[in-house]
Amino acid sequence: MQMDGGQALLKALEFEGVEMVFGYPGGAILPVYDSVLESGIRHVLVRHEQGAGHMASGYAHATGKPGVVMVTSGPAATNIVTPLADAYLDSVPIVAITGQVPYGLIGTDAFQETDTTGITMAVTKHNYLVSDPNDIPHIVHEAFHIATHGRPGPVLIDLPKNITDAANPDSLMTWKDPGPLDLPGFQPVLDADPADVTAAVKLWSEASRPVIYAGGGILKARGAAELTALAERTNTPVVTTLMARGAMPDSHELNLGMPGMHGNYTAVMAMQEADLLIALGSRFDDRVTGRLDSFAPDAKVVHVDIDPAELGKIRMPDVAIRGDAKRVMAAMLAEFGSATLADHGSWRSTLSGWQENYPLAYEDAEPGGKLKPQMVLERLRDASPRDTIVASGVGQHQMWASQYWQFDHAYTWLNSGGLGTMGYSIPAAIGAKAGMPDRTVWAVDGDGCFQMTCQELITAAVEKIPIKVALLNNSYLGMVRQWQEMFYENRYSEVDLGGPVPDYIKLSEAMGCVAIRVEDPDEVEAAIERANAINDRPVVVEFVTEPEENVYPMVPGGKSNSEVVVPPFQQKERNQ
Amino acid sequence: MRRSQMSSTHTLAVLVENKAGVLARVAGLFARRGFNIESLAVAPTDERFSRITIVVDAQSAPIDQIKKQLDKLINVVDIVELSTESAALREMVLVRMKVDPGKVPEIEELVDGFSGTIINATDDHLMLSLSSHPEDLDDLLSQLRPFGIEELQRTGAIAIPRIE
Repeated sequence: MQMDGGQALLKALEFEGVEMVFGYPGGAILPVYDSVLESGIRHVLVRHEQGAGHMASGYAHATGKPGVVMVTSGPAATNIVTPLADAYLDSVPIVAITGQVPYGLIGTDAFQETDTTGITMAVTKHNYLVSDPNDIPHIVHEAFHIATHGRPGPVLIDLPKNITDAANPDSLMTWKDPGPLDLPGFQPVLDADPADVTAAVKLWSEASRPVIYAGGGILKARGAAELTALAERTNTPVVTTLMARGAMPDSHELNLGMPGMHGNYTAVMAMQEADLLIALGSRFDDRVTGRLDSFAPDAKVVHVDIDPAELGKIRMPDVAIRGDAKRVMAAMLAEFGSATLADHGSWRSTLSGWQENYPLAYEDAEPGGKLKPQMVLERLRDASPRDTIVASGVGQHQMWASQYWQFDHAYTWLNSGGLGTMGYSIPAAIGAKAGMPDRTVWAVDGDGCFQMTCQELITAAVEKIPIKVALLNNSYLGMVRQWQEMFYENRYSEVDLGGPVPDYIKLSEAMGCVAIRVEDPDEVEAAIERANAINDRPVVVEFVTEPEENVYPMVPGGKSNSEVVVPPFQQKERNQ
Repeated sequence: MRRSQMSSTHTLAVLVENKAGVLARVAGLFARRGFNIESLAVAPTDERFSRITIVVDAQSAPIDQIKKQLDKLINVVDIVELSTESAALREMVLVRMKVDPGKVPEIEELVDGFSGTIINATDDHLMLSLSSHPEDLDDLLSQLRPFGIEELQRTGAIAIPRIE
């Protein structure tokens, strides 16, 4: 079938099963957008290209399908560098389509020309500059395969205008369904070496203080059920990292919750005191390990990852297993068979002692005081459906959301873990809601983050993607303020956002949202109920919170996890 | 001294798909991961593949991590780590010298001892080449240096596994 490259691109996306694209048109991608009119694929028109990238990411994480972002050349391509870097660090499958100046103009500093493949090489799993429209079907096919197989990640396809523009003879192509993949350098290994599994199970059977260190790779491998089964079979406690929240129900007694810099005391100390860490799809990130040379000093390590470069990158494992987390967990379960494990009774009672003495906790607000953000999140959690999808920005509110939400379902927690991209929540929530329209989706945001990407609420209103935003407004860049309080002698530098400007109610209403401001603790629940009942428009609930609330526990940067700081009112108990 | 410097380097023979930008991907990876390249040589082996020989400084990162990160590049098909024992290692150098009149025969003799080639010579100028093991190049160059080297260009090492 004869067609132009623009038509071929849409046909190729349809061939890959794409249902939705997040994007923004412009000069070099114009011919492709002409074909969007004839396509059955839904296009969501964003207000800034960065938003499109995070929407694709939120869509991908919530639905399990690759997210697609499409923008023009030059500034549009550079505007998606941040979401590409975000998706790269958090291993999210995204395919990005960028327009490019006509092939013959590349290298001439043409209008809106950037070296997009050059710029994005460091933040994509792979990228392509297409020179021949006949290559479009198989390149798109390869791109989706690479994005979604092995360790997932973003792939970019740069399309020069001459090969998509029907008016240009260069664009004429003959459609051929993509043939078998020919990727000699990309052959992910999914199944573990059985000898490694045997060695891991042997170590595990002998351990007296084992901890499963569950990472985002479990969710990528769709292995949540295997995780719970393996923990139960081995009676092993589990810590779920920021990227793995929801991989095991928080209500499960073996789930200790989040470890790391702002992890709860028990999760942090369990890793620290373990004699065996079973790392499943986790990567010993510095936010988890704290100071590396004093991290989990007595622990042997079994490390399972689909990306062999993670094995031994940070901590040398005693048993390294290359493979897909779901399949490796299934193999481990089979290997355990009916074997009896060492008794973990005293380990479990140590853990419950910590849980009793150092639960996640905060002090209630003084009478007449401002709202406590933790209280707001607890009320939001309790008043929302159990399978609510929560997308968070980056900062204090992110840590509180991860700590105080109870995640009982996989794929209900979206956040920017690796890159720490402020402004992630609103567009990511829109992407998730677009892909899962029947689910309640809350963006938990801070006022700093909100001001970075709130314009996407216009997208949500116009495109009828009714997300809800819990805006925790403390008028500060809260996490930076906390560090300045704790480590810079209260010298607050450029963290005061200058409230009461903007007026978030007027701003949100102007963008087509229902907006509610809450200052009184007695109004919190009613506001949440009202928001949860609205399903035809986005809602912003602004909670005016205690400005100088700190996130605890905290492992100060560069310190050992053993020096975890609990909240002041728990410190006395700890010293006794 | 020189031998110990050599011992911290590793030679990787990397087979890559012969596609646009592949050298930039390899070089960019080394730069952003903080791996040091001692030398790099690349040329196509056929229409489909190119072979890159990279000599890396394994003091900058564990060689295992360098190989694994390299292997993640989609266009990298195969990586073989080569040792002096397991590989035929060759490098070429071109040298132009300005020397004291009368010294030319002495230099010619020196070059001859390494089986190098004198490309041309005048009373006080000399052009030569040597293709040999990189350590032989090091040796020759250190002996030539006192006579006055004007310019030189080394190709960087190339290597393939020896016949077993």
